[in-house]
Amino acid sequence: MNQTLTRYHTPCALVGILCLFLIAGLAGCGPETGSRESAPAIATEDDQQPTTPASPELVSETETVDLTSCDGEQTVTVDQSLTGKHLADALMDQWQRDHPGRDWVAEEKQAHAFKPPADNSGLLEGDQGEGQAYGNYTKQDILIWARETEKLVAEGSRIFHSGDELGSTVGVSCDMCHPHASNTHPETYPKFQTQLGRVALLRDMIDWCVENPVRGAHMDLDGPKMRALEAYIMAQRKGVAMDYGKH
Amino acid sequence: MATYKSVETRYLEEREELFRGLRNLDRRSFLKVSAAAVGAAAGLAAPHSFTPVTVAQEEDAASEGPASEGPGGESFRFAYISDSHLYERHVNDRFVRGLLRGVDDVNRLDPQPDFVVYGGDLAQLGQVKELELGAEILKNLKAPLKIMVGEHDWYLDMGQKWQELFGEPTYSFDHKGVHFVVLNSVVEKDFWTDRNLTPMQRMRTVAGLDNGLQSSFTVGEPQRKWLEEDLADLPDDARVIVFSHSPLYKLYKPWNFWTDDAEEVQAILQRFKQVTVIHGHTHQLLTNRIGNIHFHGLLSTAWPWPYAPEGMPELTIEMSRPDPFSATDGCGDGEVQVHPDGLVDKVYSLWNRNPITVSRTYMASMGKQDVPPIPNRPSY
Repeated sequence: MNQTLTRYHTPCALVGILCLFLIAGLAGCGPETGSRESAPAIATEDDQQPTTPASPELVSETETVDLTSCDGEQTVTVDQSLTGKHLADALMDQWQRDHPGRDWVAEEKQAHAFKPPADNSGLLEGDQGEGQAYGNYTKQDILIWARETEKLVAEGSRIFHSGDELGSTVGVSCDMCHPHASNTHPETYPKFQTQLGRVALLRDMIDWCVENPVRGAHMDLDGPKMRALEAYIMAQRKGVAMDYGKH
Repeated sequence: MATYKSVETRYLEEREELFRGLRNLDRRSFLKVSAAAVGAAAGLAAPHSFTPVTVAQEEDAASEGPASEGPGGESFRFAYISDSHLYERHVNDRFVRGLLRGVDDVNRLDPQPDFVVYGGDLAQLGQVKELELGAEILKNLKAPLKIMVGEHDWYLDMGQKWQELFGEPTYSFDHKGVHFVVLNSVVEKDFWTDRNLTPMQRMRTVAGLDNGLQSSFTVGEPQRKWLEEDLADLPDDARVIVFSHSPLYKLYKPWNFWTDDAEEVQAILQRFKQVTVIHGHTHQLLTNRIGNIHFHGLLSTAWPWPYAPEGMPELTIEMSRPDPFSATDGCGDGEVQVHPDGLVDKVYSLWNRNPITVSRTYMASMGKQDVPPIPNRPSY
């Protein structure tokens, strides 16, 4: 007999962390149906795993509980006596083990060593703000800025290093001529690009490269890929003085 | 009956005629004629389209010929092609055309070089069809081929296909009194097993020049031992030339312009009066000298690399920044003239530019004599 300890119906479009936070929150509130004190359940058959991804279930066995996340893929067996928080942690651990690529920003950073954003922790020193919200910073602000900025740069690095992401038809990616975005000199734009016969912005040159040596399609100059590529290329020239128009 | 000839045909015929005539000229009249020729050609095509470089080289080579045979031995010349990074033709024909051009360049040399050295990275992702295509194209070389292995050739199947086509990656041979050694300098320690990478993931990791998940290149203990034994019987004044894919010194680790056990290898070469190391991998003009060892890089037929952001060797004449709008600028092939004293003149035959020769006298004088013309634009 499968005993459902907790059941909740979540429009779980986002599988994973968001979902696990919900488990942490709800599991702590106690079961809606059934009870941990109820009679021990008969061993669960594998083929009776929950089939509805939106319904994470806790399944009780003698001394343990099989806990399945809302994507229907992650299951972990834990001690029955654990609290909701511990159950959620256990499931999170399992999810992380099953998703080695979860921390893609850290991996991208390790693989391609892009430069970190500025350290703003100095803003936390001394008095905070002068009677208004702007200028009142917390440690969380600083972390969010760094994390979000770095994520855009990491995304750019990922695209920069992938012919597939760039839509190359000839197996060429940016890094093949510009390792670590070297020789891209974003600080020199805008400048008169002699070969184009007009003033070019960095994004014009990125687009030119993607269309020509990379043999990809024309990029949306305001599209997410262009924004990410630009972010990565700029980030790599951190510390270099702006010098627009330089040849 | 008059035959119609297009502008191109007439131009090519004139060009052919000019080159035939040039071979019989001495240097003085050669310079005159070539200047006139460039002027004459200016209206027909870009002036670089027929730079009379081979003629100049041939003349040098001829004057160094048997007559200048010194106590060290004979002087001779070999050619090089390197770093073609082939995909299959249907994936990317630009790189295939690059290698074909290199082979044509070398086959056009008259007289032919004694042999051709291929500097590694024949394939881009080490795939069977890429390597087979490369081997097929290299078969068109008139002169014998000597080849070294690059990381792009190796890390899909750990050298299986490459060795099937070309044999052992580590070997030596003697030619006209010079002892040549070929090393596999792209041995990386296992970074893939722990990460559970598939062969293609491993290959792609190594194929990324700026990918920091891979290890550093080494020659490794077994090959160093082999090298010691191979050189054991040679006297200290022997003429030794080493071929390795990576530079056998430490230039810039993040791009593997680097050999991790370079010092150990250099120590083995230390006792010789002078040694020349010719390496691929860096796709640029690159010159270095560490004591008795002279290092020369090779040009690629696929694309040029930018210079490493630090650690540039003093003797390097930095090639100015390649034109991104020209697919072949900064690419090329070249020749190496070996002199009786064992030192070499290294010729970088850039496809879109004047050739640059880094001479033995420049190297011997630590850059004081015979300085090659320094490009007037930055390299970035």
